[in-house]
Amino acid sequence: MAGQPIRKPTRLEPWQDPGQAPYVRIEKVTKTFGDFVAVDEVSLSIYRNEFFALLGGSGSGKTTLLRMLAGFEQPTEGKIFIDGVDMAGIPPYERPVNMMFQSYALFPHMTVEQNVAFGLRQDGVAKAEIRDRVEEMLGLVQLAAFGKRRPHQLSGGQRQRVALARSLVKRPKLLLLDEPLGALDKKLRERTQFELVNIQEKLGITFIVVTHDQEEAMTMSSRIAVMNHGVIAQVGTPTEIYEYPHTRFVAEFIGSINMFDGRVVEANGDQVLVASEEAGCELLIAHATPAPAGSPVSVAIRPEKILLSKEPPAGETGVGEGRNRTTGIVREIAYLGDVSIYLVQLPTGKTVRVTAPNVTRRTEMPITWEDEVTLSWRPFAGVVLTQ
Amino acid sequence: MKRIGFLSWALWFGYAFLYVPIVLLIVYSFNDSRLVTVWAGFSTKWYAELLHNDTLLDAALLSFRVAAVSATLAVMLGTCAGLALSRFGRFRGRTLFGGMITAPLVMPEVITGLSLLLLFVAMEQWVGWPDGRGVTTITLAHTTFTMSYVAVVVQSRLAGMDGSLEEAAMDLGARPAKVFFVITLPLIAPALVAGWLLAFTLSLDDVVVASFVSGPGSTTLPMVIFSSVKFGISPQINALATLMVLVVATGIFVASIVMARQERQRKRDEQMAIQNG
Repeated sequence: MAGQPIRKPTRLEPWQDPGQAPYVRIEKVTKTFGDFVAVDEVSLSIYRNEFFALLGGSGSGKTTLLRMLAGFEQPTEGKIFIDGVDMAGIPPYERPVNMMFQSYALFPHMTVEQNVAFGLRQDGVAKAEIRDRVEEMLGLVQLAAFGKRRPHQLSGGQRQRVALARSLVKRPKLLLLDEPLGALDKKLRERTQFELVNIQEKLGITFIVVTHDQEEAMTMSSRIAVMNHGVIAQVGTPTEIYEYPHTRFVAEFIGSINMFDGRVVEANGDQVLVASEEAGCELLIAHATPAPAGSPVSVAIRPEKILLSKEPPAGETGVGEGRNRTTGIVREIAYLGDVSIYLVQLPTGKTVRVTAPNVTRRTEMPITWEDEVTLSWRPFAGVVLTQ
Repeated sequence: MKRIGFLSWALWFGYAFLYVPIVLLIVYSFNDSRLVTVWAGFSTKWYAELLHNDTLLDAALLSFRVAAVSATLAVMLGTCAGLALSRFGRFRGRTLFGGMITAPLVMPEVITGLSLLLLFVAMEQWVGWPDGRGVTTITLAHTTFTMSYVAVVVQSRLAGMDGSLEEAAMDLGARPAKVFFVITLPLIAPALVAGWLLAFTLSLDDVVVASFVSGPGSTTLPMVIFSSVKFGISPQINALATLMVLVVATGIFVASIVMARQERQRKRDEQMAIQNG
């Protein structure tokens, strides 16, 4: 799993700074197609220089939201402001926004240079300047030698970079990217992720990316909005989304997670103790959202936060007999090279997923099929979900 | 083996059915005899006579002129119709409009011709135009019935085109009219050429509609051929038909060679791109 944001926060992030005005403000926007509600009263604030991801499955409304920002669709209700200007009734060709399409939408009857120059020519930029800026952009995406080619003479990765150059050449303040890496193979996708982030930081442009790929969203974005059925389920940094999901949907959509249903036994500040028959032990959670004693909750624990051992571990704070510790039998092991996934069956019948780094080589691994093992986790590992 | 035998038999039978009449026509155009069905030795005299037959040559010239003008008009109108149908989005009665554009394709020509004649007569009475029947009315009539063919061809091409190309152009600052001329039009150009050729051929070929709306002094080639048959077929007609077959066959041959070459080039380019990528 990914999950390590590559950004180092050095100052107050704009969304935490009350003095910052959002660059893009989406206010209670609803879009319906006939009876189908594609986007349902969505409100969002996106700030300058953000790399913002709209993450969701198909039909979650993320692309419709993006198309409303570009001006290809008009909101049925609600307002969109870009840089403080109400976008209602402003056609796509007058918006300070450019878009990179999922299909790249390169003009097949023009060369790479002509494709990139197209936007500048619409603005009546002088010929010499067009030439310089096209050259500069093609240099930026490392396609300087390909200017005279036609799109069908390029590979998928090259086409993707032409599309990027074309959408950046007008120096938009806001770039919309619809599944920018969707058509690339895995290796190329990973490399391009970093390239995109570098370009975004170098040019200081606000990026809004639509993606269904959670790994992509995690590695690239400053913040993620997880969408489901036209509604925003949660907005936050990759770490927040991954470590502190607000709902079951978010918890299960991002990465994999173990869910234990239970009931709150004791709530003490932000410390919550949950009894779960499914888990076969009590679960102590530090820094949980407050929940009254007796209320039904789910406790979510990421597979990599569970420690797998043959003997009960000693000296772990918050872990003890019957608390944050349970036993089970290893039923399945999937060896992925860097990590292995263990499926451990508890006496209650519940299967728990645990991932552990392969510190030793496979053949020397101490835990194998049908072993009885102890699962334990610290109080900081779990998240209490009330919904 | 048996299967292959049956298939090749079917092939020969099908093609014989299609081409024996035309081959016969070509052979008899070199017949020395005036009687069409009696072979009297090889001769090219009918071709020589054809060159001095002013009626036929004038009619041919007129037909080509009418076909060229009406095909051009049909492409303009048909493109508008096809564009509206495929890009207007969903609206009430879309299916009805879509059906109505294709209805003239299946309308009996006699009815098309008759209704156009009525229209032209009525218009002449009300607004004084068109003045009598002639080249103008034939051209208009041919435009009318060929534009639906163009609309269908253009519409299917537009349906196969990636709509985000137009959106991308608009996103980069091009206004809708500019998008149409700089992006849409070049991309549907092959369909426009195909539609034009189709309209041209249909116009060149039409005798029924033209008979209804033509006037004195405006006789198209098919009308001349058709009426001369009434007094017995002159081998000159065979010669003329042979020439037309030759022209059409050459056109198709050249077009298919050009297309095959482009396809090969495209494949090579893609191969190269994959290797470089």
